[in-house]
Amino acid sequence: MYSLLSTQNLSASFGSTQVLKNIQMDFDEFTVSAIIGPSGCGKSTFIRCLNRLHEEVAEASATGKVLLQGHDIYASDVDPVAIRRKIGMVFQKPNPFPSLSIFDNVAIGLKLAGVRRGAILRETVERSLKLAALWEEVKDKLNSQGTSLSGGQQQRLCIARALAVEPSVLLMDEPTSALDPISTAKIEELMTELKKTVTIVIVTHNMQQAARISDKTAFFLLGEMIEYGETSELFTAPKDQRTERYITGRFG
Amino acid sequence: MQRHFADYIFRSYRKRKAINALMCGLLVLAATLAIFPLFSVFGYVVAQGYSALNWEFFTAVPKPVGEIGGGMANALLGTCTLVALASLIGIPWGVSVALYLSEYGGKQGRGRFAGVVRFSADMLSSIPSIIVGLFVYALVVITMRRFSAVAGGLALGILMIPTVCRTTEELLRMIPEHIREAGLALGLPRWKVILWIILKGSRGPITTGIMLSIARVSGETAPLLFTAFNNRFWQSGLDQPIASLPVQIYTYAISPYDDWHRQAWAGALLLVMLVFAMNLLTRVVFNSGGNSKKQGGN
Amino acid sequence: MRFKLNRKKREVHLGDRVFAFILKVPSVALVLLLVSIAYYLFRNALPVIHKQGWSFVTTSVWDPVNDVYGALPVVYGTVVSSFIAILISTPLSVGVALFLTEIAPTRVGRVVGFLVEMLAAIPSVVYGLWGIFVLAPWLRTTVEPFLAKTMGFLPFFQGAPYGVGMLAAGIILAIMITPTISSISREIFNAIPRVQREAALALGSTRWEMMRLSVLQSARRGIIGAVILGLGRALGETMAVTMLIGNRHEVSASLFAPGSTMASIIANEYAEATSDVHVAALVEVGLLLFAVTFVINSLARLFISRGFRWGAPSNSPGGAK
Repeated sequence: MYSLLSTQNLSASFGSTQVLKNIQMDFDEFTVSAIIGPSGCGKSTFIRCLNRLHEEVAEASATGKVLLQGHDIYASDVDPVAIRRKIGMVFQKPNPFPSLSIFDNVAIGLKLAGVRRGAILRETVERSLKLAALWEEVKDKLNSQGTSLSGGQQQRLCIARALAVEPSVLLMDEPTSALDPISTAKIEELMTELKKTVTIVIVTHNMQQAARISDKTAFFLLGEMIEYGETSELFTAPKDQRTERYITGRFG
Repeated sequence: MQRHFADYIFRSYRKRKAINALMCGLLVLAATLAIFPLFSVFGYVVAQGYSALNWEFFTAVPKPVGEIGGGMANALLGTCTLVALASLIGIPWGVSVALYLSEYGGKQGRGRFAGVVRFSADMLSSIPSIIVGLFVYALVVITMRRFSAVAGGLALGILMIPTVCRTTEELLRMIPEHIREAGLALGLPRWKVILWIILKGSRGPITTGIMLSIARVSGETAPLLFTAFNNRFWQSGLDQPIASLPVQIYTYAISPYDDWHRQAWAGALLLVMLVFAMNLLTRVVFNSGGNSKKQGGN
Repeated sequence: MRFKLNRKKREVHLGDRVFAFILKVPSVALVLLLVSIAYYLFRNALPVIHKQGWSFVTTSVWDPVNDVYGALPVVYGTVVSSFIAILISTPLSVGVALFLTEIAPTRVGRVVGFLVEMLAAIPSVVYGLWGIFVLAPWLRTTVEPFLAKTMGFLPFFQGAPYGVGMLAAGIILAIMITPTISSISREIFNAIPRVQREAALALGSTRWEMMRLSVLQSARRGIIGAVILGLGRALGETMAVTMLIGNRHEVSASLFAPGSTMASIIANEYAEATSDVHVAALVEVGLLLFAVTFVINSLARLFISRGFRWGAPSNSPGGAK
């Protein structure tokens, strides 16, 4: 197995405050990697660097390399827009497009890309909604507003939306923190299913979640990556004292 | 199937990028076009008006038709008089309505009566100013049987109320609730808290807000046309017609005489300078006062 | 002890009640002021309402000598000049707002935003002056001949280029309402949470696609409200229009031709109107204008307050966590 996505010396800052320092990480294809750490440790910023969303914030900047299949996505001739089609993202709060129907919310990525054929759109929407385990619940009301769904359904809709453009990586920024336990369980279940087709990087503040769903886990603290390894190892035999203190609940 | 789709994306991408560039270019163009008139107006007012600004302009009254020279001294004094009269009406009225809305207007000023008052203030600020002129004409000019400074001042005063009220209310609303509570916790009655802590504490910004509304009404022309009317001579009393800078600019602008046109530009220069200075000052005060408007995002 | 506390409380209540009453009086008076404006307009328009009834708004002859008044041309002039203004100003203003919120770097945005606000601060009479001596000559010598040559087959662009006229009035109105529409659109755009935009960007949309998808789509209602508000301003704007529209009481299809508006005819004739019916006719024009702007502005308020669907807690930390 080679690394689908990796970072080299990735640093990021807002204005003059540095929030990430020299991060080196590799993400293997068809795995789930979790990033844990206390709030303010830079874990969100980190995954936002992976699809170059970080730079959309005023005064934000990033240096270093992020390699997707060996190509640096921060190279000067690379268009961030193209990158974001290969690396999808799901946000903390469900954010379906308010004025679009459920169908259009999923189809929008393809429509933007110029796909007009109804058959392709329908097929993709169905497949993505099925992947996101939402199809059975919405197949009879594809034309109602995306915002009419419940919170958990909305989040799965956002996952379907991201999957529709067939990204090779899916970034998830605390995707269940705004959801109830039942919806959370559904999405966790979904992730183990999804990793057969897509590589997932998830930020979570919930250590149990990381332990349940991920193959590898990284621990971030104050903008640095402290430890990164197999999830089972990191949680049972952490190498770094700070990791140990965090997972045993002695800080933050 | 999957390859086919990737090709699709790749092919259409160049076109999408071109559209993006085109639209962003158009937006920049829109911004440029929108502010272009400002530069043009400002440029002409300065270029044309500067040459006519001289000692006589500030000290003399208009010469009779056909004679070169004369100034707008009476109009300047007239505008000052009218604005002073307007302030006497508009400021206390506007500020007390604002105080009522922010302090007694129910929870967060959303009570029912407060809603009616706020709606009225909004409507008053959005009906054409010439309508206020018609109203004051019916109320004052017909009763007094002549155009007068009082009528003009009242018309401008009415126009000031909503502006004063809105800026003041916004400022009062920015004061956090715990300040009021701190005062109440000292055992002060609410009205003392309002007068001595709330109002006194924000009098700086409120003053600038008021100055802004003064700047706004000092350029008003339409409501003065048949209330204050105009006067070629020095004003002789508040119950008499009175000259004002905007009406004088209007009269001169539509006249056929070059010398009057020059003076109209000079008057416009004064008016524009006044308005810009007030706005700049407000901007500075509001931005440095720590209560700057929230920026989007973080 | 308990008794003493009670007594003190009542005293406080009394002072507060008096103070609240003192503040309530001007508030009530403000509402009454608005009502009495409507009442005075109606009462003073009564002579002509009795005399002419509906023919006042359906006929076009305006003849103070024979005391016959038909307001159709001024209604037409008001509608057409405002329509031109909206046509020009809407794309421009929304463009400015998008530029300020989505494209401009913070510092540039601040300066441009300030300049656009300054456009609103210039007095109407100064716009009129500039219009007479700068805009109208330019229209007469350059724009109108060009329009006549390229689109002269349309009835709107026929006839002699006067400079002053419907087109000039429409353009000056467009300039004057641009700050209104753009500043409200801008506020509405700013109230749309950042996650909405990021959702589009994360899908791989270009910046423009993001604006269409996340900004314009969600803000449609608010933009309509802003435009209606701008329309309200345009309908009632007096001085600049009076100075630029040419003041002729006629309905003409050509935009080059002079005309007049409801506000401009009041400004022009009121101080010199001698007969009672003439005065009443002008007041009735004012009454119509009042009613129209009242309705339009209420409508705009409705749209705008609903336009802020996103005004609620915007807890989108933008990634700085």
